[in-house]
Amino acid sequence: MEYKVVDGVKYTQQHEWARPEGNIAVVGLSDYAQNKLGEIVFVELPDIGAAVEAGKSAAVIESVKAVADLYAPVDGTVTEVNETLLDQPELINQDPYGEGWVFKVEIKDESQLASLMDKPAYEEFIIKEEKEE
Amino acid sequence: MRKAKALLFEMGRSGRQGYSLPSCDVPEKPVDELLPKKMLRTEPLEIPELSEVEVIRHYTELSTRNFGVDTGFYPLGSCTMKYNPKVNEEVAALPGFACMHPCQPEHTVQGALELYYNMEQHLKELTGMERFTMQPSAGAHGELTGLMVIQAYHRNRDDHKRNKVLIPVTAHGTNPATVTMAGYEVVQIPSDDRGNVDLAALKEAVDDTTSALMLTNPSTLGLFEEEITEMARVVHDAGGLLYYDGANLNAIMGYARPGDMGFDVVHLNIHKTLSTPHGGGGPGSGPVGVKERLVPYLPVPLVGKKGDHFYFDYDLPESIGKVHSFYGNFGVVIKAYNYMRMMGAEGLKQASTDAVLNSNYLASLLKKTYYIPYDRIRKHEFVVSAKPEKKKGAGAGDIAKALLDRGFHPPTVYFPLIVDEALMTEPNDTESKETLDAYAQAMEDIAKDIDQDAEKVAAGPYHTVVGRLDEVRAVRNPILRWEKK
Amino acid sequence: MGGKHYLPLTDEDRQEMLSTIGVKSIEDLFSDIPAEVRLQRELDLPPALSELEAVKHLNSLAAKNKHLNNCISFMGAGVYDHFIPSVIKHITGRSEFYTSYTPYQPEISQGVLQAIFEYQTMICQLTGMDVANASMYDGGTAVAEGAIMGCGATRRSKALVSQAVSPFYRAVLKNYFNSRGLPLEEIPLKDGKTDFAKLEEMIDDQVASVVLQQPNFFGLVEDFDGVADLVHNHKAALVVSVDPLSLPLLQAPADYGADIVVGEGQSLGVPPSFGGPLLGIMAARQSFVRQMPGRIAGETVDSEGNRGFVLTLQTREQHIRREKASSNICSNEALVALAAAVYMAAMGPQGMHEVAEQCLQKTAYARQKITALSGFEAAFSGHNFKEFAVKVPGKPEDINKKLLQKDILGGVDISPFYPELENTMLFAVTEKRTREEIDTLVQELEGWK
Repeated sequence: MEYKVVDGVKYTQQHEWARPEGNIAVVGLSDYAQNKLGEIVFVELPDIGAAVEAGKSAAVIESVKAVADLYAPVDGTVTEVNETLLDQPELINQDPYGEGWVFKVEIKDESQLASLMDKPAYEEFIIKEEKEE
Repeated sequence: MRKAKALLFEMGRSGRQGYSLPSCDVPEKPVDELLPKKMLRTEPLEIPELSEVEVIRHYTELSTRNFGVDTGFYPLGSCTMKYNPKVNEEVAALPGFACMHPCQPEHTVQGALELYYNMEQHLKELTGMERFTMQPSAGAHGELTGLMVIQAYHRNRDDHKRNKVLIPVTAHGTNPATVTMAGYEVVQIPSDDRGNVDLAALKEAVDDTTSALMLTNPSTLGLFEEEITEMARVVHDAGGLLYYDGANLNAIMGYARPGDMGFDVVHLNIHKTLSTPHGGGGPGSGPVGVKERLVPYLPVPLVGKKGDHFYFDYDLPESIGKVHSFYGNFGVVIKAYNYMRMMGAEGLKQASTDAVLNSNYLASLLKKTYYIPYDRIRKHEFVVSAKPEKKKGAGAGDIAKALLDRGFHPPTVYFPLIVDEALMTEPNDTESKETLDAYAQAMEDIAKDIDQDAEKVAAGPYHTVVGRLDEVRAVRNPILRWEKK
Repeated sequence: MGGKHYLPLTDEDRQEMLSTIGVKSIEDLFSDIPAEVRLQRELDLPPALSELEAVKHLNSLAAKNKHLNNCISFMGAGVYDHFIPSVIKHITGRSEFYTSYTPYQPEISQGVLQAIFEYQTMICQLTGMDVANASMYDGGTAVAEGAIMGCGATRRSKALVSQAVSPFYRAVLKNYFNSRGLPLEEIPLKDGKTDFAKLEEMIDDQVASVVLQQPNFFGLVEDFDGVADLVHNHKAALVVSVDPLSLPLLQAPADYGADIVVGEGQSLGVPPSFGGPLLGIMAARQSFVRQMPGRIAGETVDSEGNRGFVLTLQTREQHIRREKASSNICSNEALVALAAAVYMAAMGPQGMHEVAEQCLQKTAYARQKITALSGFEAAFSGHNFKEFAVKVPGKPEDINKKLLQKDILGGVDISPFYPELENTMLFAVTEKRTREEIDTLVQELEGWK
């Protein structure tokens, strides 16, 4: 597989990942998505305390010639945002599952997370998506 | 050896001057008596001090670092980069036009009003519409004006539910942005397998919240919407209106008219279809024409005629108001008017004929080497997909740079969005067969280069005054003005 | 047939090309247009003219107009009769500039890109702002987009605009706001200036933009002391429309706290052209850059490390962000911005200062002379930069008719825009007017009964 897919996180069909840490989910963009977007130059973060809704835009990620919404994987309240990205948006390219995390959200409904894809399912999903292209 | 060009701010010397003014011949008073002291500028201007020769040489050198239609072939899709007749520049610069003040009394501007009046008659005939305003300064400005007129029409009929505008996926980016500016929501309509608007999807999307459908016909794929009459019926039956984006009118002059296709509002890009130059980004001009039921909502003033007298008509009580401080880009309209007078009906039709012929001819040469989706008889432009080349390591953007090295301006790249690695190619009416042959040869050579060494192609261009520019750096560390170190 | 010299294909070419395409006739290339929408006749347009005939025709139309070269003009109201150095038309007439499109391919557009970058820099130097764009259509649309930009930056929707802002600009602003469904209120006048006490009453935490003009429509320099604090205390944006040619003398808008600076740039070496093409100026503080409409040129380096220029921050724009773009503007007034840049480069700081000061001195002289005439009275007290409003003893229309007999284009009648100002004219006096011309005007007015 030419894209990195890691264990211990859940994936959405819009290529966000969510890592549960207690009742908090850390959210970011998958390696596949950052690859498609190219060099990331700007990130618009949500406000702390903002209510986000699963499947609705929560942040905006920009490359030189593309703009992508980052959709919240689950419903909840934003507890923390990765302000380092404001100065170093390239962290999403360099370390999408680590230092490139985007925001943290307090989970409302555990079952939403459970319904997302795990590693093997997501790997299959991107292989399919690659073929369609 | 490539070298950066010095900036104005790195030139000149204190005490130099590039101007000559008469001295002040009225009795003078101290400036701080004539202006409130606390509103006076405290720091001197930082603008450089240059001699006239330095100014001329600076800008002349800059001009040599720029490519225009006069430099070479410019097949930029949906931009209709045709030759800009020189005589148009000359007549527009006549003092009797260029030195007129917009607030002059009506009887001192009769020639200008006559020109506007005549131009309106010509545009009406060209498009099949009832009346035109020349106020919009560009295509996108025309779109906004058109949507404002449509909005006023619905509002005036107490039809306040219509908050959506339908737009096909092949539309220009300005269309959705315009829809938002007018306070509407965008509803995107997909294309079908043949590249036309998906009629079933359109029928599905249309309802009593539909304000209008915005359409470019022929589309950015260069394809004529064959079901246009049915599309118009569907939208009209639901109470919506049809908006025609005139960016691609160069394909059909004298063959078909938006008014006859059922469109209610049209804007023209006279800096495309009617030969006025694009000026490195503008000024353009985007006149808007409407059918009779929308005339009351046009911006004021319109130009009327009583006997031999031309006048500004402000008597439109339902008018949306104004979209420009004065009457639009008059200086640009003059050039288009002169073009229309010189071309005549036959000449304009021949221009569209040759634009379509050139496009079909160039496509048939290119398809020997490249993949052209939606391959059928097309109008003035077509879209090459460089997806196979991208797989080899050099995509549409790289092919564009390779064209620069061969002396051509590239097509529009990465648009329309429904074609991967798109090269939207519009060869227009003012290009010769030899030019098209040479371009096709260049494209064939580039394909061979990609087969041999895609990486090298992807690192181009090699023969331009600067190498490939780092656009990522420009965004990550924006330097948007020169600052004293 | 007309236009043959612009259409290089010969009949022989056409035949060869048709056979390469694999169709029999031109008609086959238009077979995709359904019969019911095909035009079944030829277009009904006047017969084609040769170049010689066209030039004659256009000359005859131009000859029917009066203009600033055969009249003495005192018209202003946003468009002025300034001196235009000869160098400008020689530069803007270089076809590598004027026949190019928007610089989407930077490697062959360094000329336009660098010229825009330099233009942006000089607009920033004049205004004290951090960033300027490559141009808007005109002063009116720049004011409208500036107010909308304030909405984007503050995430609010209401604007307050002073009645001292040009009525031409307010008309456009009103239309843009009305279409989008955004609330807009006008701040009334007090002796020809913005009533800031009223602004204090009107401003609240819903207001996104407060729009003022300096010098204002009546040519008056307003005192902006404390205004920015008032606006910023409510977390709104201060949008100011300026005449760039006043800025060699007047405080840079950054210094009195403006956040967004807009205006009409025609005074920078641009012919009046019956009101278009003009030049919309747009500049702002750094923090507003992502809400800025239009194109912005930025500096970067090429593959060899040399300095070069590109269009940047493009994700704001319509071709990428589509319905979420900061504006729909695409074509702008780039060539006019180039003219303004050449003007500033040629005039330099002294030349611009001298022009501004001559406007100021000559306006003061004319104002004093005219208002000393019996029946003529300054409409407002205060300091005027290059125009002033006068209450006249008759209908402005009639006065202008009389002046025209002496080939004088008199002041603009502003009563239609301000019903409370009956019989009021706005006279503009630029550096081009001589003492003799001003005296002639005064003499002609003196005889008015």
